[in-house]
Amino acid sequence: MSNTLTDTTKSNEAAPRTKKSPLSGLSFDSSAPLLEVENLQVEFHTRDGVAHAVNDVSFALGEGETLGILGESGCGKSVTAQAIMGILDTPPAKVTGGQVRYRGVDLLQLDEKTRRHIRANKIAMIFQDALSSLNPVFTVGWQLGELYRKHTGASRKEARAKAVELLEMVGIPAAKARVNDYPHQFSGGMRQRVMIAMALALQPDVIIADEPTTALDVTVQAQVMTLLSDLQREMQLGLILITHDMGVVADVADKICVMYAGHAVEQADVYEIYEQPAHPYTKALLESIPRIDQKGQELTVIKGLPPALVDPPPGCAFHPRCAFAQDRCKTDEPPLYKLPGNRRSACHYWEEVVKS
Amino acid sequence: MSIDVTESEQLSQGSNDDAVLEVRDVKKYFPLTQGIVFKRTIGHVKAVDGVSFELKKGETLGVVGESGCGKSTLGRLLMGLERPTDGSIKLLGEEMAGLSPRAMRRMRRNIQIVLQDPYSSLDPRMTVGDIVGEPFEIHTEVLGRKDRREAVQDLLDVVGLNPDHINRYPHQFSGGQRQRIGIARALALRPKILVCDEPVSALDVSVQAQVVNLFERLQDEFGLSYVFIAHDLSVVRHISDRVMVMYLGKAVEVGNESEIYDHPTHPYTQALLSAVPVPDPRLRGNRDQIVLEGDVPSPADPPSGCRFRTRCWKAQDVCATDLPLLVTRDGSAHPSACHFAEERDVVHAVENPVEIHGVGGPSTNGSHPSTNGSHPS
Repeated sequence: MSNTLTDTTKSNEAAPRTKKSPLSGLSFDSSAPLLEVENLQVEFHTRDGVAHAVNDVSFALGEGETLGILGESGCGKSVTAQAIMGILDTPPAKVTGGQVRYRGVDLLQLDEKTRRHIRANKIAMIFQDALSSLNPVFTVGWQLGELYRKHTGASRKEARAKAVELLEMVGIPAAKARVNDYPHQFSGGMRQRVMIAMALALQPDVIIADEPTTALDVTVQAQVMTLLSDLQREMQLGLILITHDMGVVADVADKICVMYAGHAVEQADVYEIYEQPAHPYTKALLESIPRIDQKGQELTVIKGLPPALVDPPPGCAFHPRCAFAQDRCKTDEPPLYKLPGNRRSACHYWEEVVKS
Repeated sequence: MSIDVTESEQLSQGSNDDAVLEVRDVKKYFPLTQGIVFKRTIGHVKAVDGVSFELKKGETLGVVGESGCGKSTLGRLLMGLERPTDGSIKLLGEEMAGLSPRAMRRMRRNIQIVLQDPYSSLDPRMTVGDIVGEPFEIHTEVLGRKDRREAVQDLLDVVGLNPDHINRYPHQFSGGQRQRIGIARALALRPKILVCDEPVSALDVSVQAQVVNLFERLQDEFGLSYVFIAHDLSVVRHISDRVMVMYLGKAVEVGNESEIYDHPTHPYTQALLSAVPVPDPRLRGNRDQIVLEGDVPSPADPPSGCRFRTRCWKAQDVCATDLPLLVTRDGSAHPSACHFAEERDVVHAVENPVEIHGVGGPSTNGSHPSTNGSHPS
């Protein structure tokens, strides 16, 4: 998996910094939505066949908005993020269709050099595993500063000052001293803060956080999520939060997109989706998790396993596990039905799901 | 506030005959050494530092805490995989320390473990039949060679796997199915107690519920007692009868499921619970928020007195000098190791939610391995 660090090292080969930015040739429309993903399709060519990792996924993100992408492992949520960032390993992955528009410009049409500038400057990403995303042989300050120097042409001294400023912004105590520390000298939570600082270094408008707190302890998770949502509010960032944790998204997201087997199966406002899910998978997920504020009875189980993406079941991919499934679900793939109140659900029988 | 009874006295009051496991003041210190040829001990990591509890037949004790709090070491001590530095562990009334290796092996039949990672805890070159049947190879007196295959198939059936898959290899199974193989192996010798060390943490949410339900069914079927070690507080609430909260090698609060979750009195329990996100957006901003600053101090050099005092918003001078005992205090029905134990609901919506910030711990330098967010194995 690529990351912001390798991006900056790659830019060593880029043209001298005195040249005008590759972004100046693009006409960003500030009235267009911040980020729009439309009918995105990604395939993986594997030995076992073609895996359809992302199928016709569409969503939009506005300024200051948090979109939670929810799903289990292998549902295509991380691949979606990597396709937006342009950091998929191609091959085996291939974006076979759709658009990713940032302020009206389709990023998928741009050349690699321009995309590199979009990353970090406009869209940045935070990864789950901060220890493997940071280079162990350089100090944290050097890594933060390098990113800044390469993209803005600042001097080493300026870059260092900027690194300290960034570390202070993400709440690292004694930032002036810690800037000389190596990644292993930081705790897990502090390292994730460094990753956030790195993502924000060039003031992007969109942050994609891929399971940013999954490896952290619960109290540290709370610290990092608080920091992330504070910064987001302050800077009016668009935030895409990718997670499998239904609790984390309930706390911070405005909108939710639930993914299953490469499909966006339900999209709705956060309050609606928890109150009254309109897709059997969302409903079953909510019923299958134990809650800390209730002593539960036996958990409702989703029978079976998620399908292999190489050989998904015909019709609706969820039908073998679905409690609402009928014969039609085995043959007809459900479209993303429009529901009242700007909701969407990819279920033929969403009305029954809502009523139940 | 006067406390007349000591910690172990109070705990022993409740002791009776149906306890299958009695743990008294057990300690495990790992030496820190320096030098290559002449190793000098320069200190100790106090991984478990005086933990007492008892487990009754058919009961589930949940052990929660963050990484580095000693919960996994406690599990290893119970299994006899580590020798305690001090204290006593009685399994079915028999003291584990001082048993001969042979007697120890016999005792161990009664207590088995289910490990976290179903990918690394199963040998990829052994078939499922070999894995589940391995306990019979070690404890040869349990079952004759001829009956083993059938016993293994029965076990697979019990945990919800197809008995015909006995000759398959672990890689042919999904994560949830592998965890079932691990459970079948643990059940092979018909133990009385199962130590479950993060058994569902590596599983996807939709599969997690299947395994949690399996644990509950097996408990009813075989009358098992569980020590359920996990960091996921929601799962622990669901499965446990009683819960023990650990911080830096010590139990800070023990109570039944409702006492801990609905009426927590120790500040650390409250902080831990308030940090757990609830999957209900309507609770947003309607719960008390306790944000702890800093990191857990190093277990090699824990703070004096109460170990939580460096991050506690209630800490007074007395906390630095007097170690608070885990005893029942005024105004609460369950033991709590805090001088200022006071009930606070942090899990449900409250009328006027407050935000509390813990003081910054001294150890923001998390260079200690146990504080870097990885799970000690």
